[in-house]
Amino acid sequence: MDYVPALSRWLHLMAGIMWVGLLYYFNCVQAQALKDAQADGSAAGISKHVAPRALFWFRWAAVLTWITGAALLGKNFVAAFTLQPAHLPIGIGAWLGTAMLVNVWALIWPNQKKALGLVPATDEEKGRARRIAFVVSRANLVLSFPLLFFMAAGAHAALFFGR
Amino acid sequence: MKNPLDTLTGTAACGLLLTIALYVIARMALGG
Repeated sequence: MDYVPALSRWLHLMAGIMWVGLLYYFNCVQAQALKDAQADGSAAGISKHVAPRALFWFRWAAVLTWITGAALLGKNFVAAFTLQPAHLPIGIGAWLGTAMLVNVWALIWPNQKKALGLVPATDEEKGRARRIAFVVSRANLVLSFPLLFFMAAGAHAALFFGR
Repeated sequence: MKNPLDTLTGTAACGLLLTIALYVIARMALGG
C-alpha cells in the first residue's frame, strides 16, 4: 500500500464530509432555526453555544480538507491547478474547493465573529456582517454542487466523461 | 429582483445550473 495517497484520500473524505456537512447544517438547519429562535427570544442558545463550536469544526475541517486534497494531488498538483486535459475534472474541483476555503476564512469567519459578538461590533456592523456571512455561505452551498460533482468525476472519469 | 440565494430552492437551482454549465464547458474542453 502506498501510505501517503491512501491516508490522504481517507482523511480528505472524512474532513470533507465534516466541512460540507456543517455547511449543509448551517444552510439547511441553523439559518432557519436562528430566525425562528429570534422570534421567540431563544436565539442565544444557538448563537452562544452551538454556532461557535460548529464554526470551529467547520473552518478547521476546511483547512484539513484542502491540505489532504493537495497531498492527494501530489505531483499532479500543478497540472490540476493549470487545468491540463488529463487532470481537468479534478482541477475544476480543486479550484472550486480553494475558492470555498478562501470564502470561509476571508469572509464567513470574520463576519460571523462580528455577528455572534465574538469581537466588538455595533448593531449596524453586526447586521451587515450577518448578511455577508449568510450570502457567502449560500454561495459556498452553490459551489458545493459542482465541487462534489467534479471530485467524483476526478476519480471516475470514465463514468462521467467516457474517457 | 429577489436574490435567489435567499431561499434554499433558489440556491439549489443555482448550484445545479452551475454544475451543468461547468460540465458542458469541461466536455467541450476535452473534445467530447
